[in-house]
Amino acid sequence: MRARVFVTLKPSVFDPQGHTIAEALHSLGYGDVADVRQGKFFELEVNATSAAEATRLATEVADRVLANPVIESFRVELADEVRR
Amino acid sequence: MTFAVVVFPGSNCDHDAHYAVEHVLGQQAEFVWHKDASLRGADVVILPGGFSHGDYLRTGAIARFSPIMAAVRAFADAGGPVLGICNGFQILLECGLLPGAMLRNADVKFHCEFVGVRVDRTDTPFTRAARAGQVLRLPIAHGEGNYFAPPDVIDELESTGRIVFRYANAQGETTDQANPNGSLHSIAGICNPARNVVGLMPHPERACELAVGSADGLVLFQSVVKTLADRGALQGAAR
Repeated sequence: MRARVFVTLKPSVFDPQGHTIAEALHSLGYGDVADVRQGKFFELEVNATSAAEATRLATEVADRVLANPVIESFRVELADEVRR
Repeated sequence: MTFAVVVFPGSNCDHDAHYAVEHVLGQQAEFVWHKDASLRGADVVILPGGFSHGDYLRTGAIARFSPIMAAVRAFADAGGPVLGICNGFQILLECGLLPGAMLRNADVKFHCEFVGVRVDRTDTPFTRAARAGQVLRLPIAHGEGNYFAPPDVIDELESTGRIVFRYANAQGETTDQANPNGSLHSIAGICNPARNVVGLMPHPERACELAVGSADGLVLFQSVVKTLADRGALQGAAR
């Protein structure tokens, strides 16, 4: 089963990389891109018998390892193809 | 007196720390591999700088789970002096022995330069031989040293005197120009509530002899020798 984890900096945390990318986009003429926040995306291939179990496992590793709760928050979703 | 220098895959200041302890300080230093479970009776633990596990995921995020870290935590909990330098500081943050986290430097550049580092607290084992307000000239070499913590944590660090080092100019002023990475409150180093675990981004071990541009970093190592000698851990003193 495939789970996806999206890790992003919390809104209160300054994102120097996202800011730099936004400035680059502005200099390329994309003034309508008001802001950019950079994050991380993980695809986990997990051995689980149910969607709930897969979500629980992905949430646990996201909380313990993939995200740093001091500066980041995360979101877990299961991929569309529930079983390959 | 024995210093344990923990070696992670990707540590690159481990030999600098070992050299500073043995050849400049005249104390014993032992490398301890990160997969070892024991600190082998060391009196001081140094988590050195470098790029443990390639800085993958986040700086220090994977080193935190190394087997030796259980022993480091037990050593710290028992009051043993632990110094985290640069990546070692980042590991201490990731494993929760110190609060906060590192962001990418505010200007998104890797900084490799000498900076001014003001000693704000001399009541830690690594600063007691320094003068309060003394400005050390130390090198930094990092891309992610932009210290961040939520406002309540920053307030607690300030009110409990746990901000040990701040970036400052030669006059000891914490200006924006003197802050190389955007750290909140110009924080260069902090300690835990018991004050025996200290982390800092600058590299004192790379500034222990004038031949390399500065010997200002030596005071951190002299401090811990003095601390342990006073506690009676220095075996030579008993003879």
